[in-house]
Amino acid sequence: MIPAAFDYYRPNDLDGVISLLQEHGDDARVIAGGHSLIPLMKLRMAEVPHLIDLQSIEELTGIENGARIRIGAMTTQADIIDNASLASSAPILKEASLQIADPQVRYMGTVGGNVANGDPGNDMPGLMQCLDATFILRGPNGGREVKARDFYHAAYMTEREDDEVMVAVTFDAPKGGYAYEKQKRKIGDYATAAAAVIISKDGSKCKEASIAMTNLSDTPVFCGAASDCLIGTSVSAEDIKNAVNSMIDAIDPAEDNRGPVEFKKHAAAVVLSRAIERAWQRA
Amino acid sequence: MNDMTPDRNERKANLKGLGSSRKRVEDLRFTQGKGNYVDDIKLEGMLHGDFVRSPYAHARIKSINTDAAMALDGVLAVLTAKDLEPLGLHWMPTLAGDKQMVLADGKVLFQGQEVAYVVAKDRYIAADGAELVEVEYEELPVLVDPFEALKSDVILREDLDPKADGAHGPRKHHNHIFTWEVGEKEATEQVIDSSDVVAEEMVYYHRTHPCPLETCGCVASMDKVNGKLTLYGTFQAPHAIRTVVSLISGLEEHNIRVISPDIGGGFGNKVGAYPGYVCSVVASIVTGLPVKWVEDRMENLMTTAFARDYWMKGKISATKEGKITGLWCHTTADHGGFDACADPTKFPAGFMNICTGSYDIPTAYLAVDGVYTNKAPGGVAYRCSFRVTEAAYFIERMIEVLAIELNMDAAELRRINFIKQDQFPYTSALGWEYDSGDYHTAWDKALVAVGYDDLRKEQAQRVEDFKAGKTRKLLGIGLTHFTEIVGAGPVKNCDILGLGMFDSCEIRIHPTGSAIARLGTISQGQGHATTFAQILASEIGLPADSITIEEGDTDTAPYGLGTYGSRSTPVAGAATAMAGRKIRAKAQMIAAYMLEVHDDDVEFDVDRFVVKGAPERFKTMKEIAFAAYNQAIPGIEPGLEAVSYYDPPNMTYPFGAYICVMEIDVDTGEHEIRQFYALDDCGTRINPMIIEGQVHGGLTEALAIAMGQEIAYDNMGNVKTGTLMDFFLPTAWETPNYTTDHTTTPSPHHPIGAKGVGESPNVGGVPAFSNAVHDAFRPFGLRQVHMPHDHWRIWKTANDLGLHG
Repeated sequence: MIPAAFDYYRPNDLDGVISLLQEHGDDARVIAGGHSLIPLMKLRMAEVPHLIDLQSIEELTGIENGARIRIGAMTTQADIIDNASLASSAPILKEASLQIADPQVRYMGTVGGNVANGDPGNDMPGLMQCLDATFILRGPNGGREVKARDFYHAAYMTEREDDEVMVAVTFDAPKGGYAYEKQKRKIGDYATAAAAVIISKDGSKCKEASIAMTNLSDTPVFCGAASDCLIGTSVSAEDIKNAVNSMIDAIDPAEDNRGPVEFKKHAAAVVLSRAIERAWQRA
Repeated sequence: MNDMTPDRNERKANLKGLGSSRKRVEDLRFTQGKGNYVDDIKLEGMLHGDFVRSPYAHARIKSINTDAAMALDGVLAVLTAKDLEPLGLHWMPTLAGDKQMVLADGKVLFQGQEVAYVVAKDRYIAADGAELVEVEYEELPVLVDPFEALKSDVILREDLDPKADGAHGPRKHHNHIFTWEVGEKEATEQVIDSSDVVAEEMVYYHRTHPCPLETCGCVASMDKVNGKLTLYGTFQAPHAIRTVVSLISGLEEHNIRVISPDIGGGFGNKVGAYPGYVCSVVASIVTGLPVKWVEDRMENLMTTAFARDYWMKGKISATKEGKITGLWCHTTADHGGFDACADPTKFPAGFMNICTGSYDIPTAYLAVDGVYTNKAPGGVAYRCSFRVTEAAYFIERMIEVLAIELNMDAAELRRINFIKQDQFPYTSALGWEYDSGDYHTAWDKALVAVGYDDLRKEQAQRVEDFKAGKTRKLLGIGLTHFTEIVGAGPVKNCDILGLGMFDSCEIRIHPTGSAIARLGTISQGQGHATTFAQILASEIGLPADSITIEEGDTDTAPYGLGTYGSRSTPVAGAATAMAGRKIRAKAQMIAAYMLEVHDDDVEFDVDRFVVKGAPERFKTMKEIAFAAYNQAIPGIEPGLEAVSYYDPPNMTYPFGAYICVMEIDVDTGEHEIRQFYALDDCGTRINPMIIEGQVHGGLTEALAIAMGQEIAYDNMGNVKTGTLMDFFLPTAWETPNYTTDHTTTPSPHHPIGAKGVGESPNVGGVPAFSNAVHDAFRPFGLRQVHMPHDHWRIWKTANDLGLHG
């Protein structure tokens, strides 16, 4: 648990970060909260000769609330939990953040790091897909936007280029009911299965629905077909079952210490049913 | 008595002696970050060591190339087995009579085994150097299943003559270590065959790890000028370590000083000797500089002593009415690559023969076969006396299975089989003499406290509701009545490496009436500095606040066998009381001289000696202490000091009744502890607050073990649970609320009647949690599933029973 030697940089602006990334290529990595990267470096599973700390970059901080919400990449989970206005405009963020790791980690862990790293265990990527968020990236050629639903290719493989930095996430303030349901073995654990659900109502029928699952494949799984199973229905037990069955077809869990594939599918079904029920009650 | 004298109760309270919930004196420094642990020790010019470890569980070493590592700036040495061989230190003796490689000698036997030791100027360079050591391995077939190992042609220990006896008698196979038998085999089998009812089950107590907050480590410092070696380390038995270091290094024992500074939890993990200690000592001797080695968390979990890993096949028989007639057990014990169990020499399976538990079982037989596999060595007593948790888990599961077989309430089955109060001292079928107990009183108190009958009614209703589709949660009531055996132990049958398991205390009273006492034990969080001062306060009448307790420095403390197996209070606590009584005896003579009466005419009264029948004539212990240093008393030497080495006449047998009420979600496999009631009887209670803290801690470790904590291997011998992400260490969030209670049945042979308590909650807690899981599924036909009861395994149990529709 002793990392190899590395050079440490703390630039004051994004241009400084990007020029370092261009200069060192594969040998450089940016670090936000560090709660994924530092353990990998200590295990010597990630060798990072040039480590670029983002914490002095003003541009990456801040939460802008409104019809369109913008959260700077360096915003911590604790910042989200403590932001009363965000808790009222997008309460699913607080509900999900409170289920990430433990308070000590949440003081360090950032939104940007969580979504950019591409770790299938992270909670924010699935949440962002559920919110249909857009990620703002900045590289040598300026900024560009990528949909969260298009961002993840495989474990740790994302749409982000090596010389790009995650700047912020943006999304429309969600409407209707919500739920983030996570089963985990203990505090600090990644999900055995987790579901993010947002449902809006039109009279007694479901108007819109969005479902995404976490840690049940090598990427987060946005379940469009499962969401469609709910739209226009009264979200009866039967409708929920249809959505769950559709979700099961979309996920591809792997066996690990949390259990075999069969159990994970069962747990995914349970957390999604519960999430839909709770979101519908709140819709 | 004059008006100035506080009354007796007030004087007693001022001493903060036995029974006082005195606050822990250690916590002043611990809560302010002022503890002094091994990793806090920094010596001038200190070097750092790090290991190259095997990625394979079983492999031959073809070559080791250290050139690149040696070329790294800051690396001073890279030790391999070849370097240690001329010193005879490439292997070392284990506590179990086996030997263990210090550094891989031709092959490796478990993943993470020590292959080379890099010594460098700082910890980072040491790690960089370790990465540069090139080792060529040839993989060999891996054996992770002990039953498989006993059949396999693959020879794990090629260093041993397959035909030769081991340390504990004949070996049956090249991967077999020992067979240990207790009790009467034929008679037991006969009884079981002819009984009305027999229950048979395989009970597995999985491999887990003590995982103390502070990992193992040491600083070795050889002073080449005066020839003295100082060894600081996380040692639960510093004196025994000094003797072992002397025996294996050839250094004379007076030239070795072992110091255990503050220790951040031991739980058995820090009893044995590890390659890191040997390599650090050698490195310090070679370089003439101090060398520090401290494990990281993965090294701790993967390589230093594990616990349990017992496959216990059992048969228990009874009459139709439920009176137990016999108990039979055959255990297959997975010891890993080397037999490094920490047990008293004559007990290769520890005190597993306490497995008749709290019950009057007339006939019993136990056999244990130790087996080599490709796993890390160890087999320590993780917060228990030697193999007592395994024994308690076994009998408490067998009782539950028998209750199913008899279609009987498990609480009632226990009650009709308890050893009765008038049977003590009770000699068990497997040879132990239980000192004292009152099981029925404790049991009834526990059942009333939790409202047992109502719980059973609620459970029956829950089953109905579940079947009717009204709920997906089941209710389990986990019962346990355990009996521990602690305080090893009588020198006549307990030794480690030939060292009798007595313990010691040396007291010096200072002229102004304060004192220092030194013991052969070492606290790892138990609060010895608090509780031993309380024992002394009551014995010698000086306030506990005026008594310093010191342990862990072999140059100053009297020889003792250390702290593990709940032995400190039963053995060193007794030595403390006995040394205190020597002080008191001398104080009595001094008081009599001062009061100008005969010795027999004064008597001890809390904090003073008074003239019998004239309580206004007295000398306080404070006055007597001063007199011991300033008066010439005919026939009495100056000073007031005493030392006692205590060889206990018997073990002590704490017991308890635990009840766990658990809700189980059959769909997610999640559980919730609704209630946990723990009644402990540890004899005389020294500090109730510390006892309660011990019970809370031990129960939380028990919760971890029962519900998720394990050291798991895959078929290739890779450790699957090498970090705290996968190795379950509960936090406040997972920890339920505990209700503690007690009865008091003093030990008749212990000077103050105390029995030891630190490990009881782990011994009794594991079966209580596990029985609750089993009990929840009993109405659906479950007899036995293996721990740990984590989410997916509980889900699987429910699934196998058809509870998912």
